[in-house]
Parts: sequence; C-alpha cells; structure tokens
Amino acid sequence: MNWLYVLLPIAGVHVWWPGLVILGLGVGIIGGFFGMGGAWMVTPALNVLGLPMAFAIGTDITHMAGKSLISTMRHAKFGNVDYKLSLIMVFGTVGGLEIGARNIMWLERIGKIDLYVRCGYLVLLTGIAWLVFADVLKRRNKDRAARAAGQPVDPLTTGIEWYKTLQQIKIPPVVNFPRSGVRCSVWLPVGVAFFTGWLAGVLGIGGGLIRMPSLIYLIGVPTHVAVGTDLFEIAVSGLYGAATYSYKGRVELWAAFIMLIGAAVGAQIGAVATKYVKGYGIRIFFGCAVIGCDVSILMKIIAARYPSLKSVLDLSATILILGLVSLLSLFIVLKFVMGVREELALKKEAVLVA
Amino acid sequence: MRSYLSKTAVVAFLLLPAHVMAAESTGATVIVADSRHLTGLTAWWVNIYNESHFYFALLTIVTIPLGGAILGGLADLLMRQIGIDLKSRALREN
Repeated sequence: MNWLYVLLPIAGVHVWWPGLVILGLGVGIIGGFFGMGGAWMVTPALNVLGLPMAFAIGTDITHMAGKSLISTMRHAKFGNVDYKLSLIMVFGTVGGLEIGARNIMWLERIGKIDLYVRCGYLVLLTGIAWLVFADVLKRRNKDRAARAAGQPVDPLTTGIEWYKTLQQIKIPPVVNFPRSGVRCSVWLPVGVAFFTGWLAGVLGIGGGLIRMPSLIYLIGVPTHVAVGTDLFEIAVSGLYGAATYSYKGRVELWAAFIMLIGAAVGAQIGAVATKYVKGYGIRIFFGCAVIGCDVSILMKIIAARYPSLKSVLDLSATILILGLVSLLSLFIVLKFVMGVREELALKKEAVLVA
Repeated sequence: MRSYLSKTAVVAFLLLPAHVMAAESTGATVIVADSRHLTGLTAWWVNIYNESHFYFALLTIVTIPLGGAILGGLADLLMRQIGIDLKSRALREN
C-alpha cells in the first residue's frame, strides 16, 4: 500500500495522502460554513498525520489562504462580505501575526513549542465555548421574556451584547460599516484584529476561530456577515502567513496543494449551506466544535505528561478530531442537501403555479 | 528616581523591536531538504527551497491563490449546475 503514502520532501516524512484530501474536504466544508480557516482542527491533525508541529502550522496557514479565497468568492456573491471592515482589520491582523510567528520560532528554538501551543489552545477554546453557550442561553432568556410580556420575538435579537458598550467608545476616527450595520471607532476593529492576529501567529491558526466570535461579540457584526468578512480576512492574512512561514522554511507546499483539492469542493458546500441555517444555528454548532477540539487538545497535554497513557490518548485524540470533522461536515452537508431540495421544490412549484 | 525609571522604560520600549529581530536572526534552525533522490517538479521546488527561502516564499504566494482560484472556479461551475439561487440569502439570527 505504498502508493497511499506521499513523500513530503522538505519535512522528510511520508504521509497518508487520502488523509490530506479528506482533511481538506472536511475543513473546507466547516471553514466555509463557520467562517474560519479551520486550522484549530488541521494543525493537530497534520501533526497526527506525521508533520512536525512547526511544519503543520506553516502548511496549514498556506493551504488556508487558498481555501478561504474559494469560500470568500462564494460568500461575496451572497453579500456576506464587509470589505471595508475586513481591509481595515487586515492591518491589525498582519502586525499581530508577524509578532506571533516570531514568538513561535523562539519557542521552537527552546524546544517547548508543542506544550505552549497546546496549552494556549486549551485556554482559548474553553473561553470561546463558554462565550458561545452563555450567549445562546442569554438570547433564549430574552426570547422567553419577550413571549411572557406578549411581545413578538425579534429575529435579530442577540444574547451577549458587549459590542454595544465597545461601540460607545468614540476615539476618532469613527467609521460607518453599512454592510454590517455598525458604527464604531476605527481602533476597535484594528485592536481586535491585532490581538486575534497575534494569537493566530502564536497558535498557528488563521485567526478565524477567534475573529469570528470577536466580530460578533466585540464589534456587533451579524453572524452571516461575520462568516463572510472573516473568510476574506483569513484569505488576505493567510497569504501573508504563508509568505512569512515559507520564508522561514516551514511550509510543505505539496501537502498544501493536496489538501486544497478537497477544500475546493468543501468550501463551496460549506458557504452555500449558510444560506439554509439561521445565525444562532451556526453559533451553536460552532460551540460544539470548539468543545470537541478542546477535549482533544486536553488529551494531548495529558499524553505528553504521562508517557504510559500516550498511545491510548493520542489515538483517542486523533479519533476525536477526525470524528468531529466528519460529524460536523456531515451535518453541514445534510443541511445543504435539505436546503437545496427544498429550494428546488419551491422553484418547481412556482413554475407550475405560473 | 521616577524620571530614571520612565526613561529606562522608554529606552527599553524603543529597543524592543531590535531585540526581537536580533533574537530571531541568530538561532533559527536551518533545514536542508534532501533532494538527491528526487526528480522533475519536486526536485525543482525542493532545490528552490534549499537555495533561497525568499524565492520559495514567492513561489508559495503565487501558486496558492492561483491554485485556489482555479479549483474554486471549477467547483463553482459544478455548483451552478444544481440550479439553486447563488446570489441572495435572508439575514436571520433566530
């Protein structure tokens, strides 16, 4: 079965290439749907497939640039991309990403890269999961209160609204973002982008995992627009990340291309599926994905600390990540298929009536 | 004393970027890929990698978006065959 393995000449490892295609397809679907690069799944999965962590990070960011471009092309046609907001955020993201990438090279030199990256993931994912579910609960309570008061439920109601407080800080210049329906100081998106960019550089993720909820909770962008805007930013900053990591010699271009083949199809499916799901549906499944990833990273940390449990926990973490990618992809594909069937049926009906 | 501390803080802040740059340039691990048994396209880009990371970075940032656009365009063509509306959607949170 040697033909199922491909040599990645720069890292000097043989990798099971169908795994790369499947990973690309799954993460393409998930990324196009949730508005992120999906590196939080891909980096550990590439590491599990055999790439050293620094190469897993660089290769992941590189493939992400191409994949996010594909998703952005599709979301732009739906009007889900706020280019103005995105281009302003790119400056902060690139600055943060560069500092983060330098920090990673330093960690690699002192030999602590795996531990620090995993601990960083763990803290971050736990915080995001809490945020998402606290938001969902708060929104449900608001709906209940509205119903109890005999008022109609607003389809645009949100739970956690930190953005309302942040938008009050009017440090000039104050800018309007009509596509997102937001008016705030330009320093708010720049600051959010810088912080998320730095985290992205350090953790080897495109930043979508942090930026998507940040756009929603800190800036006040509607969920669907947050997805498209984030993808555009990932495409631009991911390209910068690809340049900086390849300049540092930590990119396996061949692996990135193999993944891109699967991602091209997946990204289209994921992006179109957002058309058939409500904003809070996206948020809830995003939260579930984050919890799954959180648990897998915890397993990795425990495995590194207790060598006797390493083989069992590493295997469990791999199964969990791949299972999570498969389940989420399946859910999104299902929503896509159901939505398409419904839309085609309505179209047919309209033609018959006419 | 306060003035001395604030001046030291300002100098430290101004020198920080230089420290970061210097730290990176001295000890980064250099990887040389073994291209002896490779042929064709793989040998070509591995040699680019070994000879100049700058050209390798250029190759990466040109080929990745190009590959993405081509593959994305093909996938888009397939998607259009389904016959759904690919230009509008309703904005709903709940």
